[in-house]
Amino acid sequence: MATKSLKARQKDLAKTNKQLEILNGGIFAEGELPYFKDKLTNIGHFPLRPRKLEILQINVGYMCNQVCEHCHVDAGPDRKEIMTRETMKQCLEVIRNTEAHTLDLTGGAPEMNPNFKWFVEEAAKAGIQDFIVRSNLTIIRANKQYYDLPEFFKKHNVHVVSSMPHYTRGKTDKQRGDGVFDKSIKALQELNAVGYGLPGQNLRLDLVYNPSGAYLPGDQVALEKDFKKALDEDFGIQFHNLFAITNLPISRFLDYLIASENYEDYMYALVEAYNSEAVENVMCTNTISVSWDGWLYDCDFNQMLGLKVASKIKHIKDYNEDILNDRNIIISQHCYGCTAGAGSSCQGTVI
Amino acid sequence: MANTYYDAADLRKFAKITEWSEELGNKFFDYYGKVFEEGALSAREKSLIALAVAHVVKCPYCIDAYTKDGLQRGITKEEMMEAVHAGAAIESGATLVHGVQMMNKYNKLSM
Repeated sequence: MATKSLKARQKDLAKTNKQLEILNGGIFAEGELPYFKDKLTNIGHFPLRPRKLEILQINVGYMCNQVCEHCHVDAGPDRKEIMTRETMKQCLEVIRNTEAHTLDLTGGAPEMNPNFKWFVEEAAKAGIQDFIVRSNLTIIRANKQYYDLPEFFKKHNVHVVSSMPHYTRGKTDKQRGDGVFDKSIKALQELNAVGYGLPGQNLRLDLVYNPSGAYLPGDQVALEKDFKKALDEDFGIQFHNLFAITNLPISRFLDYLIASENYEDYMYALVEAYNSEAVENVMCTNTISVSWDGWLYDCDFNQMLGLKVASKIKHIKDYNEDILNDRNIIISQHCYGCTAGAGSSCQGTVI
Repeated sequence: MANTYYDAADLRKFAKITEWSEELGNKFFDYYGKVFEEGALSAREKSLIALAVAHVVKCPYCIDAYTKDGLQRGITKEEMMEAVHAGAAIESGATLVHGVQMMNKYNKLSM
């Protein structure tokens, strides 16, 4: 398993134009599979337009303590892109005035941003309805400075959404690195201990499952049932919901697909599982994604592909929700990942 | 055309069999879909049965399909291998139980 990002390894696929070349070429350019645009045109949804903004997702930096094989951010300890306090202040201004009901902090490991706690304290004051932090769990056990995170999250009524690829050690460690499973279990137990994830409690703890390989996630409800049973029986762990998220063919997951000769089969599987109903609720239609340096994107995936919003408002410093909402969403073939089966978003399935 | 009897890419074309016999093809795929729905047995249990049978009938397409299906359902490799052994045990048992016929015949022919 790699210990450095594609960027640090100077791999070709660290370049966004190289990824887009692959996504727009090959089996799509040869006409073997239809472009995503054609699918949208067939159902009268091209160009794809936003609905009301509901989620403001802020990526506070690409630095992470893990180097997961499937990471669409190409995050890792070597990534130095970190949101500054100045950009955070610009974000806070937007958070205080947004119509969005959900604030979603992601990374990297967002907790590794040196201003993370200050930012959470300030953002919590805005009284946004649902304040999510996407935590990889192991960060809570990575270093003493993070041991108090469960209490800190509780104090600010943060909704914790954590990655957990499987309820067995083998599959978890294969995707995310040796020792990740044990640390994640310990972190979940600590979150439970302060009141997170308990039935009927307000301190929300949801898990994110994404497949550890070149296949699509199965039924979210069935997976949630299996996860709940296994984690409770084996470790006494409780959580609220499981979000099944499809891996999108970009960045490290794209690199993996190509290296393991699974790319074509995976794209076939995504196109075959295309569900026009999922298009209605696809997350780019109710989300704005902000990068560490303040640029605006239709989603975190477009952010990683360097595809800024098609609007005259492109940066958080100029933020204007009305103007932003009047835009066409930028699409490519990676979008098939969000419309496969029951659909996929940062909040799990969409239908 | 590939110069081999099996081509992994042919699995994607499975639905095309309907083009040459629409009614029978559709009936088959409707039946197939219905069989694997949740019922008295869970879809997960049926997936493991399908994997075991796939090995017994030695169908490489079915093995690919139900290994992937199992992964999607979160079925572990240990569960998958036990299912394959269950199929293999029945298959070898089916061979070995004929040993009784051999014994019967042997005894009948021997003085």
